[in-house]
Amino acid sequence: MNDHILEMRHITKAFGPVRALDDVNLTVRRGDIHAICGENGAGKSTLMNILSGVYPWGDYEGDVFHDGELCRFRDIRDSERKGIAIIHQELAMSPFLSIAENIFLGNEVRVFPGVIDWNQTRVRAREALLKVGGMEDESVDAPVESLGVGKQQMVEVARALVKNATLLILDEPTAALNDEDSRRLLNIILSLKEQGVTCIIISHKLNEIDAVADAVTVIRDGKAIETLRRGVDEISENRIISGMVGRELVNRYPRHDRRPGEVVFEVKNWNVFHPEVSDRRVIRDVSFNVREGEVVGFAGLMGSGRTELAMSLFGRAWGVGITGEMYKNGRKIDPESVKDAIDNGIAYLTEDRKGNGLVLANTIRWNATLPSLRRRFAKMNVVDHNLEILTVEECRGKLNIRCSSIEQMIEAMSGGNQQKVVLAKWMLSDPDILILDEPTRGIDVGAKYEIYTLVNMLVATGKSVVVISSEMSELLGVCDRIYVISRGEIAGELQKDEFSQEAIMKCVMNHIARERAA
Amino acid sequence: MSDVSMKGKGLGSLGAGLRQYGMGVALIVIFLVFSALSGGKNFTPMNINNLVMQNSYVVILAVGMLLCIITGNVDLSVGSVVAFTGAISATLILNMKLPIAAAVPAVLLLGLVIGMWQGIFIAFLKVPPFIVTLANMLLFRGLTMLVLRGQTKGPLPGGYTLIGAGYLPTWPVSVGGTSFDMFSAAAGILASLLVILGEVRSIRSRKKYNFAVPSLPATLAKLGVIVFLINFFTLRLAVYQGLPFVLSVMLGLILLYTFFTNRMVIGRYVYAVGGNIKAAALSGIKTQKVMFWVYANMGLLSALAGIVLSARNASATPKAGDGFELDAIASCYIGGASAYGGTGTVTGAVIGALIMGILNNGMSLIGWSVDMQRVVKGLVLLGAVTIDLLNRKKKR
Repeated sequence: MNDHILEMRHITKAFGPVRALDDVNLTVRRGDIHAICGENGAGKSTLMNILSGVYPWGDYEGDVFHDGELCRFRDIRDSERKGIAIIHQELAMSPFLSIAENIFLGNEVRVFPGVIDWNQTRVRAREALLKVGGMEDESVDAPVESLGVGKQQMVEVARALVKNATLLILDEPTAALNDEDSRRLLNIILSLKEQGVTCIIISHKLNEIDAVADAVTVIRDGKAIETLRRGVDEISENRIISGMVGRELVNRYPRHDRRPGEVVFEVKNWNVFHPEVSDRRVIRDVSFNVREGEVVGFAGLMGSGRTELAMSLFGRAWGVGITGEMYKNGRKIDPESVKDAIDNGIAYLTEDRKGNGLVLANTIRWNATLPSLRRRFAKMNVVDHNLEILTVEECRGKLNIRCSSIEQMIEAMSGGNQQKVVLAKWMLSDPDILILDEPTRGIDVGAKYEIYTLVNMLVATGKSVVVISSEMSELLGVCDRIYVISRGEIAGELQKDEFSQEAIMKCVMNHIARERAA
Repeated sequence: MSDVSMKGKGLGSLGAGLRQYGMGVALIVIFLVFSALSGGKNFTPMNINNLVMQNSYVVILAVGMLLCIITGNVDLSVGSVVAFTGAISATLILNMKLPIAAAVPAVLLLGLVIGMWQGIFIAFLKVPPFIVTLANMLLFRGLTMLVLRGQTKGPLPGGYTLIGAGYLPTWPVSVGGTSFDMFSAAAGILASLLVILGEVRSIRSRKKYNFAVPSLPATLAKLGVIVFLINFFTLRLAVYQGLPFVLSVMLGLILLYTFFTNRMVIGRYVYAVGGNIKAAALSGIKTQKVMFWVYANMGLLSALAGIVLSARNASATPKAGDGFELDAIASCYIGGASAYGGTGTVTGAVIGALIMGILNNGMSLIGWSVDMQRVVKGLVLLGAVTIDLLNRKKKR
């Protein structure tokens, strides 16, 4: 009995008429890495919010036992006192404060009540960083904003450790990390396990779960479907997926049979400089082309300049001192603003759908028509509401956007459905070249499949799609051709018959080696 | 299109409608409370007339301020710009002997230029609007003092004062010894018919496209309230001196800006900039241009309010418009606009302005001091916004 650090029994939580959780049971063994999987909106985050006291006792039905003891948390502090710490998907740090300050934020080391002991703060912050590992070179006085996302994530882990956390909850810890940083973080989780910390990890990246988890609980539609334990059950990606979607998903990428046509979009000798550090050339002599009805992938490590390249092409939305040539259907174009780019049939779907892609406090209809409002939905600058409603309704059906109506607020939707709205937005602008930047980040397997299907649909009508992704398997699954980008340069081009993760990594490594040599 | 979606849509728009209804109901309740406290004094035709005239400038400013607030900002300079444009107007007419027909457009143009001046700093030089408008609040108050040399300039000629204190043509008929303006009554009936016609047309077009239509009782109740309010006002004004000229200016602005925010592409862009400026920019919206014109527009409307105020007072004073910016901002928030930007309606802002106006007027009638009035207005703003926020939270 008491090798269970946590037991949640018959948890039910409703938001108005919607049951987010329905009689969920979860048992976590001490020292395990316990993964929780499920599609978006299945109820994973709600369950963790109950565990960490975000939803206080009395706000839900059922019981939470920690170390065999019934818990009635009123807030996060209560749960932290029990050694339960949660690291949210969106990092909760104050960017201008130092690493040390952030580690002890809300938990300051004090000399007297209300007076901070700076020496102890620094010393203990350093200890915590060493315990986490991989941060030896960083000064604890450096502001958090100077760190990459990966290292910021490590600071979050350190922050949980100084609270003496024995049960650590990580909500999508690797969603924003590249493969290398993800691997590092997973190693840290493994070493924490050796130090006796129990981890609950929510993740969409099933290969990671496959690699580290001792147990997996699958949640579907607010119900705990099953718990698989290593050594007893089979834990594999396919096994988890079939539990998540309730059926066998034979292929994670829809089949496609494309015959790309002529080159319709071509970029030559593209150079872009950093807007703040104007002597830093972020994109160097990049040339590439896209054919009609083709899906072209941009692979590369995080920070290799793929997003910057895409945005600089999209009406110079990023960067300064841009030089180079752009051709569409053989005709030279020079879009100087985002509006120009859209008018020239180029669309760019941002990697940050909440920050840059959508107006959260507005409706589906409103968001979907924004880029094409003047051209498509207005006469003499007056919006035709009826046409808007009809068109977006049709789009909703075609993209299978799940919502109560097209007048639903974006903020009330799940990530996968939000992403479909962004896709709808750009499909309505009727582009010839659609650039998708991380189109499936943080969304579940089912929604991913639907998005791949939509890409196929678009390409079948003669459009061309450029996909930027940090998930190599995704690029290999959906693209016809892949450019590998490394440090702002094209490091290689792979044809379909050369596709493999090894080939991509080899391009990157060779490029880095060449750079070093030069 | 499925049935389910239709029902959902109907409910959604009803929810939004209810909030605005709530405000309208609050407006009527406040009015009735003060009527009880003052023994019906605020029902007198003269008081209704005063209510319209006293609040016209706040309504004009609230409409412009709403756009600033939708972008997630405010304009603190409007009170000072009102005073400055009023002062320039008086100087043009009294000192430079400019005809009124030339002075009024010139001052409106000046207002637009002042707005553009602020817009340049805000939109293109990226100075935070709070700071730009705070600076200009000081700047234009100082300039007003300089132009007027600290003195009241007046009296302004009768033709000019008509803008703020005049009436539309009347058609007086004697009814039981009192004069009754048939023109006002006719205008009220005409406006009622237009409202009903508009509603019928909108329902028809919704039916044609197979969209959800609100239930018949709901429509009838809504139309009933609106028709009652219109005719209550026009009939009261009919037994006084007819329809104030500023009423037509206000109505024109309300209609124009409602159309602008609801139906025009650029109106939509203002909401987009306020809702998420990065998403707006990446959707091809020229966000700088939007910000620029929002503030330029505010300058234009400030000048209009300056003209109306100086016309009503028949003079320009250095202290004119003091605190107007706060009344205008408060009106928008009471009317349901979000302090974070991205939401808000013209109707809401106007109702907010009227609530503030009725409070001012009612408290004056029952003899409360200006100090007490401020306390009450502060509490109303705090209460209205808090309740609104709590309501929204509940819905989530």
